[in-house]
Amino acid sequence: MMEPFRTLEAVAAPIATANVDTDQIIPARFLWRKRSDGWGDLLFHDLRFSDDGSPKPDFVLNQPAFRDARILVAERNFGCGSSREAAVWALYDYGIRAVIAPSFGDIFFNSSFQNGLLPVVLPAERVAALRTMLKQTPGTRLSVDLAAQTVSGPHGRDSFTIAPFRKECLLAGTDDITYTLAHRDAIAAFEQAYAATLPWL
Amino acid sequence: MTPATMLEKIWASHAILARPDGATLLHVDRHFVHDGSANAFRKLKEKGLSVRRPENTFATPDHYVPTTSRDAATQEPHRRQMVVDLDANARESGVAQFGLSDRRQGIVHVIGPEQALTQPGMLIVCGDSHTATHGALGALAFGIGASEVAHVLATQALWQTKPKTLRITVDGTLAPGVHAKDVILAIIATIGAAGATGHAIEYAGSTLRQMSTEGRLTVCNMSIEAGARAGMVAPDDATFAYLHGKPYAPKGPDWDKALAYWRSLVTDAEARFDREVALDAAGIAPMVTWGTSPESAAAITGRVPDPAQAPDAARREAIEHALAYMDLKPGMALTDIAIDRVFLGSCTNSRIEDLRVAAKIVDGRKAVVPAMVVPGSGLVKAQAEAEGLDAVFKAAGFEWREAGCSMCVGMNGDLVGPGERCASTSNRNFVGRQGKGARTHLVSPAMAAAAAVTGKLTDVRTLMRP
Ligand code: SF4
Repeated sequence: MMEPFRTLEAVAAPIATANVDTDQIIPARFLWRKRSDGWGDLLFHDLRFSDDGSPKPDFVLNQPAFRDARILVAERNFGCGSSREAAVWALYDYGIRAVIAPSFGDIFFNSSFQNGLLPVVLPAERVAALRTMLKQTPGTRLSVDLAAQTVSGPHGRDSFTIAPFRKECLLAGTDDITYTLAHRDAIAAFEQAYAATLPWL
Repeated sequence: MTPATMLEKIWASHAILARPDGATLLHVDRHFVHDGSANAFRKLKEKGLSVRRPENTFATPDHYVPTTSRDAATQEPHRRQMVVDLDANARESGVAQFGLSDRRQGIVHVIGPEQALTQPGMLIVCGDSHTATHGALGALAFGIGASEVAHVLATQALWQTKPKTLRITVDGTLAPGVHAKDVILAIIATIGAAGATGHAIEYAGSTLRQMSTEGRLTVCNMSIEAGARAGMVAPDDATFAYLHGKPYAPKGPDWDKALAYWRSLVTDAEARFDREVALDAAGIAPMVTWGTSPESAAAITGRVPDPAQAPDAARREAIEHALAYMDLKPGMALTDIAIDRVFLGSCTNSRIEDLRVAAKIVDGRKAVVPAMVVPGSGLVKAQAEAEGLDAVFKAAGFEWREAGCSMCVGMNGDLVGPGERCASTSNRNFVGRQGKGARTHLVSPAMAAAAAVTGKLTDVRTLMRP
């Protein structure tokens, strides 16, 4: 299900609220779904839809200029709260492949890499400037180049940092399990030594 | 040896190997799974893998279970299926389960410590963000996502980058009516909902030392609400007394060996933390939240903030949004906020001490709004019944339910209605957390009891009897 991430050139949508928690990204009442059921229709459900199911016109992804957004430019602590990985699945299945923010919820940040979603950390004032630009010129496209570690657009170019291993895995589209299984012997050796020192465990 | 913090000691003892980018593969001592873990088990199967160490893995259904009965068949089909799937996955993979009909069933973060499955020095993970709770016993415990759950099931290990260390020292004696929940809400209000992002917190100071193990569990539980992945308290004699004799605690000569090891885990006196924060216990009053982030917490004697006085535009907008959702007026006294219902439960506050404190306030009074108590486990429920607490709550008009997460998140159908205002002992006041359109005020069990008998947010200190 996970596609490699190399470059992305797409419309970016601004979300100016800080502390967007995973309950907002995907409400708890939908979490019984299977991963394979698809989650894109549920993304930001209660922010995106009225009680009668009609799209709320003021929500950013419902505005024509942002409907095809594949990049979000968010605020600090995006994806905080509940560990539900469905928040990542909902973003991914909707078509979002990168989220740019000054900071992220820890678990959301880690889960993103396991699913091919790129979380980009940029300084708060750069992120704010990006959002201002996107508001002023709705439909603006940004390019994210993972290999070069840059976000570019009409505003110029920002560089971001990413752990080299995370980068490699995203570029290749592999998750951690495959990598770790190659180290089965080290794990087994550790477990043996560990059991010898802490026998009550 | 260079002086080390407790985090560094536990980290080092679990490190299997390092990756070039600095991440470490850590051995996992305990992996808790619950009825929200179905997609992780599916991922494992898709990859053709099985559970590497079922004996290190423990399961209990909590999020989707009914609290009106112990029969999952009473649940709506999607919810029932989550409980059924967990049962099937546990059986198939040989994982011990505290199932719905087992008295030991309960919220995963309540039963771990209760069974002494949680022990000092352990590395504990669970596909749930409140896993930091277990750190109260001196463990390194944190929540993980579904992919990481699958990873731990397959390998009994997890890649982690070492967090920075933050010590939060609270010194002094808490005033009567002020509890562990107020301490952690005060901490979050001080450092903010992202104040500890990237850090593991060690809570220290005389207030924590005097606090019961259950109080420490409440404090560590909400570490994630400050952005921290883990929160921990150094184990001490209170911890050891708490663990001694519990079902999964080491026995006989093993106990002595374990004790010596546990004592060695404490942060060395000269060890340095990346950050330090200090709070004075005497300055902490009973707390309530007024907004939609746990950082929106204030002393009950305070007022709803005025966005016009916010330091910047972003903050002003955030307060305006929160007040609109919460239907509150700037400047109103927090004690003037009328509530529609009370929820006493969740992994933050559903242990026996929580129930005792609340029952003491409720005793001889009547709830004037719908109120329910959901014990954290079947054993907590049984203990409370043995002490007659259920009778106190029932006489006051509270509902007395079966164990589970219940109205903390509403996944099982225990929901707060749209527009309803709930005084809740849970940990999140997010928009829609307890149900679509629900308004949550986070409080301690004592404050929840006070709200139930007055119908509004109330300073519990005005209701306390000698
Ligand atoms: S009680 Fe609430 S916070 Fe705790 S595990 Fe259950 S749903 Fe999560």
